[in-house]
Amino acid sequence: MSTVTVQLFASYAESFGGATLEIPLNSGDTVGDLVDSLRSLPGASILPDSPRVAVNQKFASYDQAVHARDEIALIPPVAGG
Amino acid sequence: MIRVAIVTRAIDPAAIIASIASTGYGAISLFAGTVRDTSDGRGVSAIDYSAYTSMAEAELEQIAAEAADRFGVTSLIVEHRIGVLSLGETSVAIAAAHAHRAPAFDCTRYVIEEIKKRVPIWKMEHYIDGTREWVDPTKASGVASA
Repeated sequence: MSTVTVQLFASYAESFGGATLEIPLNSGDTVGDLVDSLRSLPGASILPDSPRVAVNQKFASYDQAVHARDEIALIPPVAGG
Repeated sequence: MIRVAIVTRAIDPAAIIASIASTGYGAISLFAGTVRDTSDGRGVSAIDYSAYTSMAEAELEQIAAEAADRFGVTSLIVEHRIGVLSLGETSVAIAAAHAHRAPAFDCTRYVIEEIKKRVPIWKMEHYIDGTREWVDPTKASGVASA
């Protein structure tokens, strides 16, 4: 089993208590699997039903595969402007 | 010229207009978002903007390309500032130039609306009573924001 680094920002970084998390990754895991893993961690109560996830700086669907070297980020509700 | 940037310095709308101006254009539309002193009835003292900068710039580039294509605009500048901003300061500026006004207006409107949907930028409002809160537009109370 490998791991993947998940970047956190803003309210999510505060809730999880850090800017990154190392999440175990099984072969064939998808974005949805990753979100399920994140939900078991302390601080995950902040997550909405379907938090947005970016893979390699693009918003990803939950069925997209995740690889260990992907740049993964959990994206809180955006509030630019 | 199409240029987008996440910046940490003050945004200068006049300089943006000057850099986009050309005698070939009959219209320059500028949208500037500024820090307001109230939010949901609470007094605001400052807003701290943060971003996933590399992705935010990539999304801004994508939005600018879409807008340019959709409205036939070839001159478009988008700047969004991050860091702690005081009341009245400009957080975002969008300038679009075109031969005619309608595409210029439509272009700036499109860009700000898309920024609010999908550019990874966040803001923490600091209130005059000393409290602070992350702004979550998905839990908006129905009060329109700038």
